[in-house]
Amino acid sequence: MKALRVKGGFSVRLDVRTTVVVVLLVLAALTAGVVLIGTGDFAIPAGDVVRTLLGDGDAGQEFIINELRLPRVLVGLLVGAALGLGGALFQSIARNPLGSPDVLGLGQGATAGALTMIVLFKGSAVEVAGGALVGGLVTGLAIYLLAWKRGVHGYRLVLVGIGVSAFITAINGYLLTKADFVDAARSVVWMTGSLDGRDWDQVWPLLVLVAVLTPVVLVYGRPLRMLEMGDDTAHALGVPVERTRFALLTASVLLTAAATAAAGPVSFVALTAPQLARRLTRSPGPNLMPSMFMGAALLIVADWGSQRAFGADQLPVGVVTGVLGGVYLLWLLLTQRRAGRV
Amino acid sequence: MNRLIADDVTLGYDQRVIAEKLSVAIPDNSFTVIVGPNACGKSTLLRALSRMLKPSAGRVLLDGNAIQSMPAKKVAKTLGLLPQSSIAPDGITVGDLVARGRYPHQGLLRQWSEEDERIVDESMASTGVRDLADRYVDELSGGQRQRVWIAMALAQQTPLLLLDEPTTFLDIQHQLDVLDLCARLHEEQGRTLVAVLHDLNHAARYATHLIALRDGAVVAEGAPADVVTAELVERTFGIRCQIIDDPETGTPLVIPAARAGRRAVATAAT
Repeated sequence: MKALRVKGGFSVRLDVRTTVVVVLLVLAALTAGVVLIGTGDFAIPAGDVVRTLLGDGDAGQEFIINELRLPRVLVGLLVGAALGLGGALFQSIARNPLGSPDVLGLGQGATAGALTMIVLFKGSAVEVAGGALVGGLVTGLAIYLLAWKRGVHGYRLVLVGIGVSAFITAINGYLLTKADFVDAARSVVWMTGSLDGRDWDQVWPLLVLVAVLTPVVLVYGRPLRMLEMGDDTAHALGVPVERTRFALLTASVLLTAAATAAAGPVSFVALTAPQLARRLTRSPGPNLMPSMFMGAALLIVADWGSQRAFGADQLPVGVVTGVLGGVYLLWLLLTQRRAGRV
Repeated sequence: MNRLIADDVTLGYDQRVIAEKLSVAIPDNSFTVIVGPNACGKSTLLRALSRMLKPSAGRVLLDGNAIQSMPAKKVAKTLGLLPQSSIAPDGITVGDLVARGRYPHQGLLRQWSEEDERIVDESMASTGVRDLADRYVDELSGGQRQRVWIAMALAQQTPLLLLDEPTTFLDIQHQLDVLDLCARLHEEQGRTLVAVLHDLNHAARYATHLIALRDGAVVAEGAPADVVTAELVERTFGIRCQIIDDPETGTPLVIPAARAGRRAVATAAT
């Protein structure tokens, strides 16, 4: 811990290790992004990628990079950041790593919205994204209302979320059986979570949302830190408990739903990113910034991994994060059980 | 003068009423202890006094203002609370936890002033946990941990401090340890303390002002030497007892009647 003070009253407390971790994660995410842009059927050296991004490349590379690959990588970075941040918020509010959007059924909710658009309305890509967004928001609201009992409590939130998740999974199964062959194939691709074919249309709305919500969330990060000590203690310290929680849950549902609308339910990033970030920073508290950049780095590395191993666009990124995240979830459950928490 | 007053409050959860038309005034600069049988409304009263529970009728006054309509941070600068259960976040050190007590005094731009640092250090010193500053809270014993939480509440620098059963779950040595600490905070720093305690003898020893509750109503209040009588204990807790002078402190000491004697009371009561 280092104190940073400026004359005139500004003062912050910086955790040196956390700051270093954040800087390294930003660098890792950007580097992975550059490598990923260079990866594909037409490989481009990293130097050329950077030069082109800075506006000094040749015309052919410029088209491939700026029109085809850059938006895809940006969507990946933003989706990862939104999932990491949303997951950190959820886990902190639930005071439980299992209180993450994957487990609570927000992904399933967004899927239900998307499947409704695909199967029942044969909607366009934009309409499917809109359906996913609405589905995620409605699910978030439903979980909040169902778990409401003199304030939302951690375990209650997790249990209600699991129930909601099971219910929506059933609906999704029903929608899939109603679908014809083409729609079913489209649904399954969407449900795996993929960055394939993402362009600037997906980048802008997501960028605006993340740019608006991140500062809001960071301002609320201080009261959130107090909330981790229990509602009573937070209250005693002067935190408006219920208002803070509602604002943060709304923000995290928005982030998660928007990310899912852009890339499909990329599994387990929201669960693993905050946990990995916490292990790197070794710092208590919600670890919002580290989780955000960890999410971004994680998603891009997973996408790069799937392209390297199976060729461009063969394996959706959701499969890779699902496999990695699933293993991680099992490990988490085992160790938590040993610690007597689950 | 009374900075903290419950004025004719009705308290309860949902439909269940715990206390009706209850009035309590906390004497300034006192070490007030609230006693009473389980479910008599002690903790409920403390929750209302600390703005956590909104009375369905009546109001709680802090420095003459209705506490419910005061801004949360303003209340938190005047009145601190040590709740029955707090959660130490995973992997937090003692120093970091105590530092969180400064929250109501901080803002977005002023997050960690030199004053914050000094007060955190003083709070740890006066609770005897300064040597533990770099240790993890979950490594500590129950007694040490309670002292750390008290240090956090002290760092809040409130003239009034409420403690909800601060000695529960501690062994006798650590119970006395915590109570000694409270007495010192009261005597040396002139803070007004309000604690809910289970042990009547501890209450009689440490309190300067005692409030006995039963069924949400005040049975008696005043200096322990004046109010702790055999008759009061029987009326409040329903047990027959003798009161003798504590050979160590001269305060009232409650000696419950032997089993046969108490059974007679129980039969008479029904």
